Amino acid sequence: MTLRRKLSVLAAAITVLAVIAVAAVLHAVHRTDRKNRPRPGGPAVAAGPVSLGTTAEPLLMFRNLAWGPHRDELATVRAADPDGARTASGVKCLRFHAAAGTGICLRAEHGTLRENYRAVVLDAGLHERATYALPGIPSRARVSPSGALVAWTVFVGGDSYAGADFSTRTGILDLRDGKLITSLEDFTVIRDGADRSAPADANFWGVTFADDRVFYATMATGGHTHLVRGDLRERTVTSVHTNVECPSLSPDGATIVYKKRVEGASADAPWRLYALDPRSMAETALAESRSVDDQVVWSDPHTVVYALPGDYGADLYALPADGSGAPRRLTTAAVAPAYLG
Amino acid sequence: MYVADSRGTAAPDAARSPRSGRRSVLAPSAVAPTVLALGTVSLVTDVSSEMVAAVLPLYLVAGLGLSPLGFGLLDGIYNGVSALVRLVGGHLADRGGRHKTVAALGYGMSAACKPLLLVVGSLPLIGMVLAADRTGKGLRTAPRDALISLSCEPADRGRAFGVHRAMDTAGALLGPLVAFAILRATVDGYDAVFLVAFCIAVLGLLVLLLFVPARPVPLPAQASRPSLRAAVALLRRTDVRRLAGCALLLGLATVSDSFVYLLLQRRLGVADRWFALLPLGTASAFLLLAIPLGRLADRIGRQRVFLGGHFALLVAYVSLLSGADAAWLPCVVLTLHGCFYAATDGVLMAAAAEVVPAELRGSGLALVQTGQALARFVCSIAFGAAWTAFGDRTALTSAAVALTVCATGALLLRPVAERSP
Repeated sequence: MTLRRKLSVLAAAITVLAVIAVAAVLHAVHRTDRKNRPRPGGPAVAAGPVSLGTTAEPLLMFRNLAWGPHRDELATVRAADPDGARTASGVKCLRFHAAAGTGICLRAEHGTLRENYRAVVLDAGLHERATYALPGIPSRARVSPSGALVAWTVFVGGDSYAGADFSTRTGILDLRDGKLITSLEDFTVIRDGADRSAPADANFWGVTFADDRVFYATMATGGHTHLVRGDLRERTVTSVHTNVECPSLSPDGATIVYKKRVEGASADAPWRLYALDPRSMAETALAESRSVDDQVVWSDPHTVVYALPGDYGADLYALPADGSGAPRRLTTAAVAPAYLG
Repeated sequence: MYVADSRGTAAPDAARSPRSGRRSVLAPSAVAPTVLALGTVSLVTDVSSEMVAAVLPLYLVAGLGLSPLGFGLLDGIYNGVSALVRLVGGHLADRGGRHKTVAALGYGMSAACKPLLLVVGSLPLIGMVLAADRTGKGLRTAPRDALISLSCEPADRGRAFGVHRAMDTAGALLGPLVAFAILRATVDGYDAVFLVAFCIAVLGLLVLLLFVPARPVPLPAQASRPSLRAAVALLRRTDVRRLAGCALLLGLATVSDSFVYLLLQRRLGVADRWFALLPLGTASAFLLLAIPLGRLADRIGRQRVFLGGHFALLVAYVSLLSGADAAWLPCVVLTLHGCFYAATDGVLMAAAAEVVPAELRGSGLALVQTGQALARFVCSIAFGAAWTAFGDRTALTSAAVALTVCATGALLLRPVAERSP
C-alpha cells in the first residue's frame, strides 16, 4: 500500500470512528434530558421544606432516585406511608445518614482530572456546617445516636487498569471538637487477646456507633473480615467475630445486623443478612433470600430497612430482625435511608 | 500524527539524515519512523485504557452499585498468569518473525474488551473482561518492545525506548481528561466513555496495522530457528543470565507503587485528598525524563543509568524514612520515583536488546521483563508481611538495606560488557 493509500484509509477510519464516538456522547447527553423529566407511574416528587429537626410525625429520608428534576436529591416521606408523595430538599448526595438533627452527606463533583468527593456535615436546616475532601468514592455513612460523631467509608484505588485493587478508607469526625480520625489503621488491634499494630493489609469499613465512644465496624485482613468493637478513647479495635461486613447496631444495642458471605452462594451475590446478639454471640439468619449489599438502618428496635437493586437503581425493603416474616417493599427508586423524629 | 513511513521495511540507516553520521548532542539523528509509529499506537491505546481505568471505580460503585473489594484476590492470582502470557507473546512473536501479528492480536483483544464492559453487570464477569484486557496487554508488550529494538540503530536504542515510553505516558495522562470531559457533559455517561474508548483503541490498532512494518530488518540467513528450546537456551548465555540476574536482584528490592504512595501519606503526612493525584506526579516525572535519560543511557551506558535509576529509588526510600515535615519533600519523592521509572523501564529493554540475538528478541525481552516482574511481586509480598509484623519504618529500612545490597550485587555482576557508543 502506498503512503497516500494508507493515509486515506486512516482518514476514512477516523471519520467513521468519530461519528460513532460523537453519536455515543450525544446519546448520553440526550438521556440526561430524559432522566430530568418525570416518568409516568413514578413516585410523585415536589420541592418543599425539609428539615432534620424534630417533626410532628416520624419521617423517612433518603436519596430520591426517581427520574425528574429532583433526581438524586434528599427527599422525605411520612414513615407511616413510605410509598406516598415525596418532598425534595434540593440537596444532592450519593450517600446519606442522619440522627439527632445532624446529617452526613457524601457527594461527588466532576473535576477536570478526576472526580472530587466531599463529605458535608449538615445541620438540622440542611445547611452545610463543615466539608471535608474525601480520598475516594463514597460507600457508607453514619451518624452517632447523639449526633455528635459522623463516620464515612470510601473506596480508594483501582486507578491503574492493571491493578484493579481496591482498598477502603474510613474517617470518623468528632463535631464537638472538630477532630478527624482519617485512618483507623493507626488504632491498636486486639485479636485473640494480644495487642498489635494494624496489619499492612488491614481495611476498615462500615462504622456503626453505640454511643460517642464505642463503635462497631468491619476490619478485613488476610482475606477474612472481622467484626471489631472500637473504642475512640483508648484508640483500640477488638475483634469479636468473623465473617461480618457492614454491621448496624439496633437502637437498644441488643442486636447487630450485618451482611455475611455464605458458602455456596454465587460470587455474584455472596451476601445474606444475619443478626448477632453481641452478648450470647448467637447468630440468626434473616428471612431475606437475596444477596444484600448495604448497611441496614433500623426503623424500630425489631425491623431493619435496606436497599436492593431495582428498576430505577434501588428500592427500599423492610424485614423483621429476628429471622421471622418476609421482606416487604417500602418504596421504589430510593437509596441511603435514615429515620427522622 | 506520524506519517513518514513510506518505505515499509526501510533499513534503520535510511531514516537518518546524511549529516548525522557523527552524532552530537546538539544535532541528534531522527527517531526511527517505526518507533514513532509504535509510540503513537501506545499513546492512543493508553488514552483509551486510562479513560476506562479512570471511571471504572466510579462506574462499579455509583453506576452499578457494586462493592469492588473482592478485586484484590483476582489481582494476585492474575499476576502469575500475566507473566506467563508475556513469555508466550514473546515466543509466538519470534516464530516466523510475527511480532506485528502478535502485537496486533494483543491490541485487538484489549480494544474488544471496552464495549464488553457495557454488557457485563456483575463483578465476576467484569473481572473476566479485565483479565482478558490484561492478557492482551501481556501478549503485546514483548513483541512491541522487540519491534522497537529492531527498528532503530543499536546505538540509539535507549533514546528510542525513551521516546516510546514518553509517548505512552503522555497518553496515560490524557485519558482521564477525556473521560471526565465526557462525564461532565452527560449524566451517568459511562456507556459513552466506554464506546469512545473503544473507538480510540480501534484507531490505535489501525495505526499499528497501517504504519508499522511487519519486518523492520531482514533476519540473518544463518540465524537459528526460534524454537522454544532456543528461547530457554538464552539463559545459558552468560550475558543474558547476568542481565536477567541483575534485573531480578534489583526487582527484589523494588517496593510496589501502591506502597510508595501509602508511605508518602503515612510518613510524610500527605493529605488524604491528594492521595489520588500521587500517581500523576510519578507519571509526569517519567514523561519528562524518559527521553533525556534514554539518550544518557546511549552515551554513558545503559547499565550505569539502570543502576542510577535504582539509586534514585534508594534516595526516595531514605527521604520517606526521614519523615521530615517539609512541603517540598513529597514532590522530591515523586520526582525521584518518576526518575526511577525513566531510568529503568525502557533502559532495561535497550540493555536486553544488546545481549539477545535478533531472531530471539521477543522471547529474550519477555524473559527479562518477567523475571523482573516476578521479583517485584515477591518483594511486595515480603514488604507487606514485614510491614504487618514490624511496622512501616522497619519494613522500609529493610527495603533500603536490601536495595543497597542488591545494587552492590548487580554492580559485581556487571552484566553487559559496556561498549563505548
